[in-house]
Amino acid sequence: MRFALFAGLALGLTLAQPALAADGDQKPLKDVSFSFEGPLGMFNRADLQHGFQVYKEVCSACHSLNRVAFHTLDEAGGPGFTEAQMKAIAAGYKVDAGPNDKGETVDDKGNPLTRAGIPADHFPPPFPNEEAARTANGGALPPDLSLIEKARAGGAHYVYSLITGFHETPPAGFKVTANKYYNPYFIGWNISMPPPLTDGQVTFVDGAPNKIADEAYAVATFLAWTSEPHLEDRHRIGVGVMIFLIVLSGLLYLSYRRVWKDTAH
Amino acid sequence: MSGPSTYVPQTGFTRWLDSRLPLVRFAHDTMLTFPTPRNLNFWYAFGAILTFCLGVQIVTGIVLAMHYTTSAMVGSVPGSSLAFDSVENIMRDVNYGWLLRYVHSNGASMFFLAVYVHMFRGLYYGSYKAPREVLWILGVIIYLLMVMTAFMGYVLPWGQMSFWAATVITNLFSSLDQVTGGLKVGSHIATWLWGDFAVGDATLNRFFSLHYLLPFIIAAVVGLHIWALHVPGNNNPLGIDVKGPQDTVPFHPYYTSKDAFYVGLFAILFAVLVFFAPDFVGNPDNYIPANPLVTPADIVPEWYLLPFYAMLRSIPQKLIGVLVLGGAILTLAFIPWLDTSRVRSNRFRPLMKQFFWLFVVDCLILGYCGSKGVDATVPGVPLLPLVWVARIGTAYYYAFFWLIMPIVGIIETPKPLPDSIAKSVLGAHAAPAE
Repeated sequence: MRFALFAGLALGLTLAQPALAADGDQKPLKDVSFSFEGPLGMFNRADLQHGFQVYKEVCSACHSLNRVAFHTLDEAGGPGFTEAQMKAIAAGYKVDAGPNDKGETVDDKGNPLTRAGIPADHFPPPFPNEEAARTANGGALPPDLSLIEKARAGGAHYVYSLITGFHETPPAGFKVTANKYYNPYFIGWNISMPPPLTDGQVTFVDGAPNKIADEAYAVATFLAWTSEPHLEDRHRIGVGVMIFLIVLSGLLYLSYRRVWKDTAH
Repeated sequence: MSGPSTYVPQTGFTRWLDSRLPLVRFAHDTMLTFPTPRNLNFWYAFGAILTFCLGVQIVTGIVLAMHYTTSAMVGSVPGSSLAFDSVENIMRDVNYGWLLRYVHSNGASMFFLAVYVHMFRGLYYGSYKAPREVLWILGVIIYLLMVMTAFMGYVLPWGQMSFWAATVITNLFSSLDQVTGGLKVGSHIATWLWGDFAVGDATLNRFFSLHYLLPFIIAAVVGLHIWALHVPGNNNPLGIDVKGPQDTVPFHPYYTSKDAFYVGLFAILFAVLVFFAPDFVGNPDNYIPANPLVTPADIVPEWYLLPFYAMLRSIPQKLIGVLVLGGAILTLAFIPWLDTSRVRSNRFRPLMKQFFWLFVVDCLILGYCGSKGVDATVPGVPLLPLVWVARIGTAYYYAFFWLIMPIVGIIETPKPLPDSIAKSVLGAHAAPAE
């Protein structure tokens, strides 16, 4: 009973369910399961690599990934690219190189100076600044995706539901704003992002299935890793810590019983 | 309570030191031989658990501070701040930085979980009653310092909730404008707290400075708290005084072993949170960099402050709401004199015991109200706004201390108290077992 009370104090504060749905309220997220969920969850390398490809070929046209460095792509617990693959990926990006030793930031034609990416670089953003991003996107700012799954309730489920949540019919009486799209998983239901994926849009290098659901699932996995790159470490160390603490507590219990053996209390 | 010291220095050095600075004698008397009631139960382990929490927070905090950048200025990531970036750097690039940060951020929750159990335990067994009034008040001061420290710590990552929590809380002072006329005393206080005309870089810097300072003040007050504990000695579940050596056992090895076991169990719960649900108590909005131009849909504090937040929001008039909030914590300092009963422990107070458990439930309900939006209603009852539940909850919170405690203490007939701890423990159930 003691422990029930102890746990109840923590849980009692978190029990919460919304009451009635109104227009614009988020629809319950889709129930998909990911390999990295649960206390022992680990990423699926193939999903991570597919998700990276979806980000690279589709999302990165509008969304930055500012906090992710190329060198993390071949690190343990990540997508599992080889060092050579990672360096090739980095070199495939053009990153800002100005100013040069003459103090110039643009070349003769007025284009910004760039160089090929190296492992220490981060993913370069698609737009030079917020204003350029808004201008290109009808006034809306595509958010940076590095932390998106920790910054939205539901995490990977949110991203998956949102990407696969277009093309639903709005309820009667709900008017979709001009130049916006109906998506019941987006709070307010009017989203500026057009449906980003189509069936077969990304051809995976290993020929894996590429319906919208597959692509969304893969990119939701990839963005879970960008949000929490040390998730696998955390789960692995966590298991060890639990075993240690349970054994330690067992020994402490025995010593406690031993000390109090002949003492009434 | 400690009685004459039984320490006998064994070596030449300790004899030499003992006549100059009796440090070893002090440690011996307070941590080893200190006579402690033999009937302390599980709930008394939370003193040791809290010491553990304070140690964890200070050690992880010092290392985190080595990697943290105190600046609201924009760094290399557009739309973010150096402070936010440095926290992400800790999470991604610092070796085991994610572990340090998750231990520290969840450590705050575990610290408050433990302190609430500790406070409810003191309330249930009447540990605030004479001669332990100063001990209790020092506890209230520690709690107040903890609230301030936790609040300022929450601001440091400079996410959306950090920024808006800082804005809401510091703006509470501006409610004083309502009674100071053209002088605008409240606004001046808010400006002075910010160090600017809005929450910004100056605010973040002073919050970090104070967030680093206050834990050491807490540690000092904890020292006083333990000193004040060691003069009258521990209260116990029976709430009766220790009559002699037959009622006590030495702190070591009896309570060192018992506390260590419960600290172990507490650490298991702590580790579950850190390793398997590190963002369980957090708000997703705090992973969005602070943006003064975008107000989050719901500004909610961390769970441990929700009951007070519910009180604040339940009062439509801002200044009165602030006073009700402050009064709720201040009230705790008066408990030793509000309780008129001559019996300490609720084990022997059949009527007060019921009001006590109702009070625990009341705090949980207030916490629930605080976690919901301003317009939320009772689940399934659209006509009953939660704000009214919070009002009733707030009324009960105050009534519990200012009406029920004094009145019940007078009208209640307590059950007979056992003669002594030893008799209760050794005699065949001389006291009502619990």
